[in-house]
Amino acid sequence: MALCRPYTSGVARPISRFDYPPAEISPLSEPEPLSDKTPVTVLTGYLGAGKTTLLNRILSEPHGKRYAVIVNEFGEIGIDNELVVGADEEVFEMNNGCICCTVRGDLIRIIEGLMRRKGKFDAIIVETTGLADPAPVAQTFFVDEDVRGRARLDAVVTVADAMWLSQRLRDAPEAKNQIAFADVIILNKVDLVTPEALAEVEARIRAINPYAKLHKAVKCDVSIAEVLDRRAFDLDRILDIEPEFLTVDEHDHDHHHGHDHEHHHHGLKHYHDEDMQSVSARLDGDVDPNKFMPWINNLTQIQGPKILRCKGIVAMKGDPKRFVFQGVHMMLDGEPQRDWRDGEKRESKVVFIGRDLDEEEIRKGFLACAA
Amino acid sequence: MSEPTNSLTAHVAPLEAGEHVVAAAFLSGEPVLALAGGVIKFAGQDVAAHPQGAILCAALDDDRLITGGDDGRVVASSAAGAQAIADENGRWIDALAARDGALAWSAGKTVRARDAKGGVKTWTGPTTVRGLAFLPKGYRLACAHYNGVSLWFPNADATPQVMEWKGSHLDATVSPDGRFLVTSMQENALHGWRLADGRNMRMTGYPSKTRSLSWSHDGHWLATSGAEACVVWPFKDKDGPMGKPPRECGVRPERITQVACHPRALVVAIGYADGLVLLCRLGDGAEILVRDAAAAEGAISALAWDKQGARLVFATEAGHAGLLTLPA
Repeated sequence: MALCRPYTSGVARPISRFDYPPAEISPLSEPEPLSDKTPVTVLTGYLGAGKTTLLNRILSEPHGKRYAVIVNEFGEIGIDNELVVGADEEVFEMNNGCICCTVRGDLIRIIEGLMRRKGKFDAIIVETTGLADPAPVAQTFFVDEDVRGRARLDAVVTVADAMWLSQRLRDAPEAKNQIAFADVIILNKVDLVTPEALAEVEARIRAINPYAKLHKAVKCDVSIAEVLDRRAFDLDRILDIEPEFLTVDEHDHDHHHGHDHEHHHHGLKHYHDEDMQSVSARLDGDVDPNKFMPWINNLTQIQGPKILRCKGIVAMKGDPKRFVFQGVHMMLDGEPQRDWRDGEKRESKVVFIGRDLDEEEIRKGFLACAA
Repeated sequence: MSEPTNSLTAHVAPLEAGEHVVAAAFLSGEPVLALAGGVIKFAGQDVAAHPQGAILCAALDDDRLITGGDDGRVVASSAAGAQAIADENGRWIDALAARDGALAWSAGKTVRARDAKGGVKTWTGPTTVRGLAFLPKGYRLACAHYNGVSLWFPNADATPQVMEWKGSHLDATVSPDGRFLVTSMQENALHGWRLADGRNMRMTGYPSKTRSLSWSHDGHWLATSGAEACVVWPFKDKDGPMGKPPRECGVRPERITQVACHPRALVVAIGYADGLVLLCRLGDGAEILVRDAAAAEGAISALAWDKQGARLVFATEAGHAGLLTLPA
């Protein structure tokens, strides 16, 4: 236990979040069974894209589930739901010297409060403002132990307007962040654009984020199953990180990865977004953990502000298990998952989505980790 | 870890709670439990303080238990029933404080102070106010928020004095002699100020957030939750705990969730995440068992002594509760 330190100036000194690693696993940090944790879905989307339409659609369907909904602009939106909580998006910097380590203070407080109604709802939906960056919401689940113990981030769902997205991607950095960050993208109002314009906007989305599930919709008419309970942040659900070039429609849930991949791919124009891109790298065989861990830690420490999300499945030398990780900016979460199967090719893949990433440097750095 | 030297488990009588207990108190000498579901449980009767809501916070004001709910209401309950004090129109009541008939509550950035005669004053904080505490002297309120604490005189027009410290401040407490202000923070630390000169002190080393703080009856010690020991900071000297290590008692491989100092002796009641309750003597760390671990019955979520220090009520997140009567 540290001394109480006197301070004479009002300048905060960065502290590490790990100044007291618990020697034993305490009940608070022990992973609870998944079923005990309340899933949280984050709905983002630029102003007017149709977030509220999607929200009302989710709430009005006869699914038998009860949702606690956290909204901004409390009272202004017509949402008919028993449990609606008004929030002021209070984005706080963590006092740990990490500039991109921001969290939603209001969310920590609200999730704590909602637990007083435990058993009265099945899931939480957080609707962010149109100009919000999804990162602080996601980081809240990495940083706050209490939130992490009680709730789990299910997915970031971004609603995009088919007519206006291309323009927003040019003039609104927020819109680009929301696309880059998404696990699921609902490309809404597709009835208002020509097939050519639709192909164009889709290609622009894919230039930024080739990994999200993309659903085309009219008035957000997507199946609820495509939006909720995606488990996009569960490490054991990160089975594969192939680009999602599938142009899935709302009735095609159980598509097969890989098969129709090429086929759809051909129809899509290739764009390069000037400042937001994804970088993927693959190496056959194992990585050396003594090289890989310092590399990934260093990369996310130095380039964290630029990296919005990352994921990877890695074969660590001598480890029979697949090591799976994911991250948001500087925060990383990783663990060994299932065993590599007999006949399964041991290979290592990493993916980064971010702003002004140096593709060459990342690729070279990763390949240098080969065992 | 030393084994408890003695046990008082035979002097504990079970109490009925049935659901998550948010707070416990003695009202007119009787143990009372505030339940998450909005009910205040008195001996023999239930008072529906928040019929449509959940209780988020509670404060004891003599013989009334004040509760704030997610229904936006502030309610004072006694055995005679529930009396609505305020309605913030559905906005959650995030924090409460009470002293000598005066009350204060916050809903988002809005803080209201209500004096004993019922006059209400309003102040708007820079961000959501998470913690409130009355200073022991004068009608003055400490309001914890992001990047500091504002000290507000509800009856004065002056801009509140701001004690700045970067970060998100949660609960606030003031030493009984009014010399020190302490907050718990998002970053698993406490922050303190000596009010006379605004000197900062930082109390770190916790593995989780401190959400229960209790001053010893003489005001010389501050007992805190959040670690696998009850961390007790010395506040007797003029520099408070500056440069001093805290004492630790009740060390177990289990997180401490609640602490409550005895009202007359240097003894602290400690509640753990596995439901165990201990009494610890601050002087030598001697321990007496009050309740054995019962992990399935939830973490200790409420602890309170009666005014004489003859009885202790404890309760858990899963709705189990008990009343210890110290042998005469």
